[in-house]
Amino acid sequence: MSLQVVTANRLEDGLVVFLTSNGSWSENINDARIADGKEAADALLAEASAPELDIVIVGPYLIDVEKQGADIVPTKYREVLRTKGPSVREDLGYQAV
Amino acid sequence: MYRYDDFDRQLVHERTEQFREQVKRRLAGDITEEQFRPLRLMNGVYLQLHAYMLRVAVPYGTLRADQLRQLGMIARVYDKGYGHFTTRQNIQYNWPKLDEIPDALLDLAKVEMHAIQTSGNCIRNTTTDQYAGAAADEIEDPRPYCELIRQWSTFHPEFTYLPRKFKIAVTGSPNDRAAVKVHDIGLRMHQNDAGETGFEVMVGGGLGRTPFVGKTIREFIGKNDLFSYLEAILRVYNRFGRRDNKYKARIKILVHEEGIDKIRELVEEEWAQIKDGSLRVDDAEIAHYIEQFAPPAFEALSDDDADFERHKLENRRFANWVRSNVIAHKQPGYAIANVSLKPIGGIPGDATDTQMELVADLSEKYSFGDVRVTHEQNLVLPHVKKADLFAVWSELDKADLGTANLGYVTDIISCPGLDYCALATARSIPLSQRISERFGDLDRQHDIGELKIKISGCINACGHHHVGHIGILGLDKRGKEFYQITLGGDASQDASIGKIAGAGFSEAEVVDAIESLVTKYIDIRESGERFIDTYRRVGMDPFKEVLYGDR
Repeated sequence: MSLQVVTANRLEDGLVVFLTSNGSWSENINDARIADGKEAADALLAEASAPELDIVIVGPYLIDVEKQGADIVPTKYREVLRTKGPSVREDLGYQAV
Repeated sequence: MYRYDDFDRQLVHERTEQFREQVKRRLAGDITEEQFRPLRLMNGVYLQLHAYMLRVAVPYGTLRADQLRQLGMIARVYDKGYGHFTTRQNIQYNWPKLDEIPDALLDLAKVEMHAIQTSGNCIRNTTTDQYAGAAADEIEDPRPYCELIRQWSTFHPEFTYLPRKFKIAVTGSPNDRAAVKVHDIGLRMHQNDAGETGFEVMVGGGLGRTPFVGKTIREFIGKNDLFSYLEAILRVYNRFGRRDNKYKARIKILVHEEGIDKIRELVEEEWAQIKDGSLRVDDAEIAHYIEQFAPPAFEALSDDDADFERHKLENRRFANWVRSNVIAHKQPGYAIANVSLKPIGGIPGDATDTQMELVADLSEKYSFGDVRVTHEQNLVLPHVKKADLFAVWSELDKADLGTANLGYVTDIISCPGLDYCALATARSIPLSQRISERFGDLDRQHDIGELKIKISGCINACGHHHVGHIGILGLDKRGKEFYQITLGGDASQDASIGKIAGAGFSEAEVVDAIESLVTKYIDIRESGERFIDTYRRVGMDPFKEVLYGDR
């Protein structure tokens, strides 16, 4: 079972966010809470899917990640792009922050 | 150009305010995302990979200078300083915030624009020839009929919840620049044996998962009867189109499964009931709309301009641009100037706020304030005096808009792909940039001649890869981007769907593969043959051989 985190889009601006350890949402994947194993992942997704979060985020789901030193890195390229922003405009998206 | 009447203005304004309330309710938690999603989509608001995306309609691709200037302003104020012109004659903004979108829509409404019919299972924004009203080869300006289609279809109560989206394209020229044969309905103006101008009606074309070239359902329909006939087709589709499977819900599947003869029978039966009703448009009303699109006040000029000829002799770059980007106009002394949004190594279809404002200024100064958006993701100044072309090009060139590559190998159609799109399975833009850089040398492009490369980042085919002379489809193969090549597609009056060459190529291999195809073509072409002509003459095998050898 791979490591997983929960990602979603923030309702107000649509930007990509990740569920953190304290139950808030961060634009930085390195703040994300990691679930190790299916049970922990299911619990994480259930927390992110609480009805009251419907006015905070849209469409939460689990993604596979791996630890690379201190960094959390998605294993699928689609999620790498969501995490960083478009590869063709490095002046935009989170990599530009 | 068409100007809104009071009814149009009120309609768009009311819809904007209605959406403002919907956004407010969503942000307050009064409606759920599930309830809100269809409402935002009906207003052109998608949630994409990184953010919201607002898709704005450019009806039949025609823009006034003040409208394009406003699109630039919206890019600057509500987005990150750029917009993306799409293959549907729309513009997309990639980063608007949800609570600011109603204000953006209000700013659009101020210049008679909106985002209606850019999403949802309705009749979408009608597209047409970007040279309408200007082209030397035109039978008649198709835009009055497009405007009538817009008015007939917008918020049509019967066709707001069709089985799937529905796209109509019209051409007024025998040289199809609107890809009418790959739309749900394609309309081609032509004259019948009695010398009357009307439309050939084609049905069931489309790309995506199941690509088809449309079939002729009626050789000729008169202008007065066009709308009742369209209504009859839509009624048949609405009644019999499949709703059990979204992948089989388009009219092309209905036509394919039932056969065109059966569909024709059903449509004619329906049409017989309604053809003499309220949808029959009389000559006076048609004349009213034709008047809306009356030609601008052209000067009586000689078709030869000495300064224009001199500039071509003195400036090779200008001469190259004229050769590729300037098209014959119906009015002597005038020309159609294409503005490439495909700088070498650039992102196809993207324009910055200042570029949009510059083109708006140029159109005001040199083209009667008229600008067009093409389905090939470029802009057009449709009515430029030949004497002004050098000044226009000089200004465009300074703004990185003067690339001389229309119809050449670097004039690539590309969807946003995985860099932006939530549906994509692979990136398209970086690949188009690398191909553009590989073939960037202008002399080489001229030597290759017309070659249409079209790239889609997923099976939905927004990049029209099926009708690329060389089509490229991005796929995900075990987590890696892979690219499948098709050959022999064509979006013109000789429309054809490309055939898959064989196994896909990795991201690292695909540009070399394209180069192999081009090299082979140059090696075997006969005099005057374009890539597509050579392919049609020799078939797939010689090209397959250079792609795969013994593999």
